[in-house]
Amino acid sequence: MSTASNTGHGKASMRTPVARARGLGAAKEGVQHWWAQRVSAAALVPLALWFVASIIGLAGADHAAVVEWLSNPLVTVLMIVLIGTTFYHASLGMQVVYEDYIHTHWLLIVVNVGTKFLCVLLAASAILAVLKISLGA
Amino acid sequence: MAEFTLPANSKVMPGKTHSEVTSTTKRAKTFRIYRWDPDSGENPREDRFEVDLDKCGPMVLDAIIHIKNDIDGTLTFRRSCREGICGSCAMNIDGRNTLACLKPIDEVKGDVKIYPLPHQPVIKDLVPDLTQNFAQLASIKPWLQTQSAAPSRERLQSPEEREKLNGLYECILCFCCTTSCPSYWWNGDRYLGPAVLLQAYRFIADSRDEMTGERLDALEDPFRLYRCHTIMNCTQTCPKGLNPAKAIAEIKKLMVARR
Repeated sequence: MSTASNTGHGKASMRTPVARARGLGAAKEGVQHWWAQRVSAAALVPLALWFVASIIGLAGADHAAVVEWLSNPLVTVLMIVLIGTTFYHASLGMQVVYEDYIHTHWLLIVVNVGTKFLCVLLAASAILAVLKISLGA
Repeated sequence: MAEFTLPANSKVMPGKTHSEVTSTTKRAKTFRIYRWDPDSGENPREDRFEVDLDKCGPMVLDAIIHIKNDIDGTLTFRRSCREGICGSCAMNIDGRNTLACLKPIDEVKGDVKIYPLPHQPVIKDLVPDLTQNFAQLASIKPWLQTQSAAPSRERLQSPEEREKLNGLYECILCFCCTTSCPSYWWNGDRYLGPAVLLQAYRFIADSRDEMTGERLDALEDPFRLYRCHTIMNCTQTCPKGLNPAKAIAEIKKLMVARR
């Protein structure tokens, strides 16, 4: 994590190269994350195609027509699934990007957890908006 | 954050020019070679060597041996077998990691730029420090491990089982692939890199090995294995034509299969 203690290049560490390579050992996780990222990506393919096709179909429609479309139970459910999957996939993907490029441990944790909070907040807000329109509140 | 620029003391400066080209030279070629001397305290520099190709063999290694023998004896590089089996002369030639002994000079258009393997500490000139790479290799235990008692004769393997090692056993550990991988550049302290992961899979795929589960355990880590984002530089650059990206994908498939 911190480049100073683990790479040992140019630093005054007396640890052996093998000790540095073995480090803290394997985390024994990562499969779940990798698999979830792929499953959510696969789910997003039909969902995104459906969403884009629907929006194109609604081009030029008035407010009432869009509200009616969104109030269809099937559309409401698909929209909620799309929103949930999108933000879940985004949080998984952003975590990988952060791990790649942020090498300051505390900053990595702050940015990562902050993004997860933001994704939950945005997903909940978007789902509430869909429900309000759909249920006619 | 990841660093995208070289530190001030690593910036490459213009260097010296050496020429053996005369009016009678029929085939001239310029080699631009990275030079760094740890004892000088100076920045690295790029020297120009104008070489008469009729005085050396056809490969880039022939040219740099000629330069060392006849033009500048201080040029430092690793080499041994000169036939692509020892992996010593791995370097970045014309922007791509490869073995100097397998790279024909006439494949390079214009000047031949030669740099050490990217993003590794440099010991001198074209000699990178591969200590970390070999420590990572040792960490995956690249030898057969068994539980059952040692047999009285050799451990048997069917031709089909042996077939699975093709494309894996040929790796000569030159680390062209590992040092071409951006993921390894940014996280090489924890990511094992394509060469070591290909070696790990070579023993996972070996029907005679009995520690497959333990090997997968040791790789199951967001950094050791999953920093591979299938960028595929490894497969593109391998001077032996191997496919480390596929070996890594096979490991990931086994990780899912055993859940």
